[in-house]
Amino acid sequence: MSASQEIAVLGVGMHPWGKWGKNFVEYGVVAARAALADANVDWRDVQLVCGADTVRNGYPGYVAGATFAQALGWQGASVSSSYAACASGATALNAARAQILAGMVDVAMVIGADTTPKGFLAPNAGERGDDPDWLRFRLLGATNPTYFGMYARRRMELHGATQDDFAAVKVKNAKHGFENPYARFRKEVTLEDVNASPIVSDPLRLLEICATSDGAAALIVCSMDYAKSHGVTSPVRVAGVSTVTPSYPNTLIDMPNFATDSAFGVAEPERGFRDSIAYAAYEQAGIGPEDLDLAEVYDLSTALELDWYENIGLCKPGEAERLVRDGDTTIGGRIPVNASGGLACFGEAVPAQAIAQVCELTWHLRGEAGARQVEGARVGLTVNQGLFGHGSSVIVRK
Amino acid sequence: MKTQVPAVDGWFTLGDSPALLASRGVETGSYFFPKNLAFSRNPAAPTEELTEVELSRRGRVWSWTTNHYQPPAPYVAADPFVPYTVVAVELIDEQMVVLGPLAPECDPKTLAVGTDVELTLGTLYEDDDNEYVVWHWKPVAA
Repeated sequence: MSASQEIAVLGVGMHPWGKWGKNFVEYGVVAARAALADANVDWRDVQLVCGADTVRNGYPGYVAGATFAQALGWQGASVSSSYAACASGATALNAARAQILAGMVDVAMVIGADTTPKGFLAPNAGERGDDPDWLRFRLLGATNPTYFGMYARRRMELHGATQDDFAAVKVKNAKHGFENPYARFRKEVTLEDVNASPIVSDPLRLLEICATSDGAAALIVCSMDYAKSHGVTSPVRVAGVSTVTPSYPNTLIDMPNFATDSAFGVAEPERGFRDSIAYAAYEQAGIGPEDLDLAEVYDLSTALELDWYENIGLCKPGEAERLVRDGDTTIGGRIPVNASGGLACFGEAVPAQAIAQVCELTWHLRGEAGARQVEGARVGLTVNQGLFGHGSSVIVRK
Repeated sequence: MKTQVPAVDGWFTLGDSPALLASRGVETGSYFFPKNLAFSRNPAAPTEELTEVELSRRGRVWSWTTNHYQPPAPYVAADPFVPYTVVAVELIDEQMVVLGPLAPECDPKTLAVGTDVELTLGTLYEDDDNEYVVWHWKPVAA
């Protein structure tokens, strides 16, 4: 992608993750105001609000863009609301990017916030016999960690991953997140702590599966011209946003499905779905994994973080365990992953998560990440996946 | 004697040799589970007709997990809760992976990637009148 197709990240803001028990709109307003202050932009000058929806907070959650436009005070901005499960934030960012690059608006807000119930994420209520998300709980008891457990077991069987390899991911992320004021869980843990926690979905233990959290994140994004006129000559830039779906046949079992596609009689796609997510962002940015200084990956489980190392091209299949063992993905290593602490330290606030990943990279690229700073970071990538086939990857550079 | 009722309509056959019911494209041969006769999801043949077929009753383990925490409704949990195992099974002819519960009498410690399994039926839950049945995967000698 040529430089003229980049947009600027003018401001970022977050509400700390936690289990605060408030309405999600309150968190979003805190994040929005923080992003506006960071950008030095008056809310009344924002021309477009792109909301990432939450489906667990009633109608206001389905129309997140308008909900936040009203909460911040109606000022006539255009609105867009997106739902793409965990990938919603990237979809909202891409809506803003498209309108900025098309010249329809100069400056936009991207925002997502959530309030989550305790325990497992559950399907919508009622007798929903035609809804695969309801049926997977009814017929199989297939919670989200059920899928994570199957992926983890597969890694052990195929690549010889051990429980200590998985636990090492948690130890690393806990160390990173200890320094992050926005993280919910800020406590260093040892391999012994992880291995002593109760098994949830074998082989994964409680400390290896991401919790559900309340939280909010917001971005102010704008055209390069707007940034310049605003006195920001060298902003963090968004160089690629991938929101791809799978290509048929999708042969890796995925939430909330009961089966994969059948590969009978058809050539498998050049890249599996997870590999295709970051690839599309690399293509747009005209870079490859070797150009990255850091990455934020979606560690719904410890084992899944290892899968992502391979899916985003940090190493070949089967080599991810070595990366974590050698400290390559620890801050100070070759390619730090989840310097924020990742979902391991945040828990999942679904619509805010992909936006929070971009906030984190922005702080690193500006040199504002404090004690967890990845020194000299100039290029970063996020990757994330929402159930029902939503890819999400964002590349930012300085 | 309670009446045996499928826990979900039209997903599998009953009897001694139960099988999962899928749809299959008549042009491409693509399989789809659960069954959907309304449209083909193979983008190469969007208008192909679909027929109902039985899936292979045997497959090989792709992966599995045992859940030690009680899931939320609509799962109907035993009281007290009993851990249960979900298996992903690779069907060789269909070239697809299908999930299912491990038959509860089977020990998940005996599973490995590639273990041969066969489809059986078992109880998902019961009420006063009916036993609601679901498909299970059960290891068999190769």
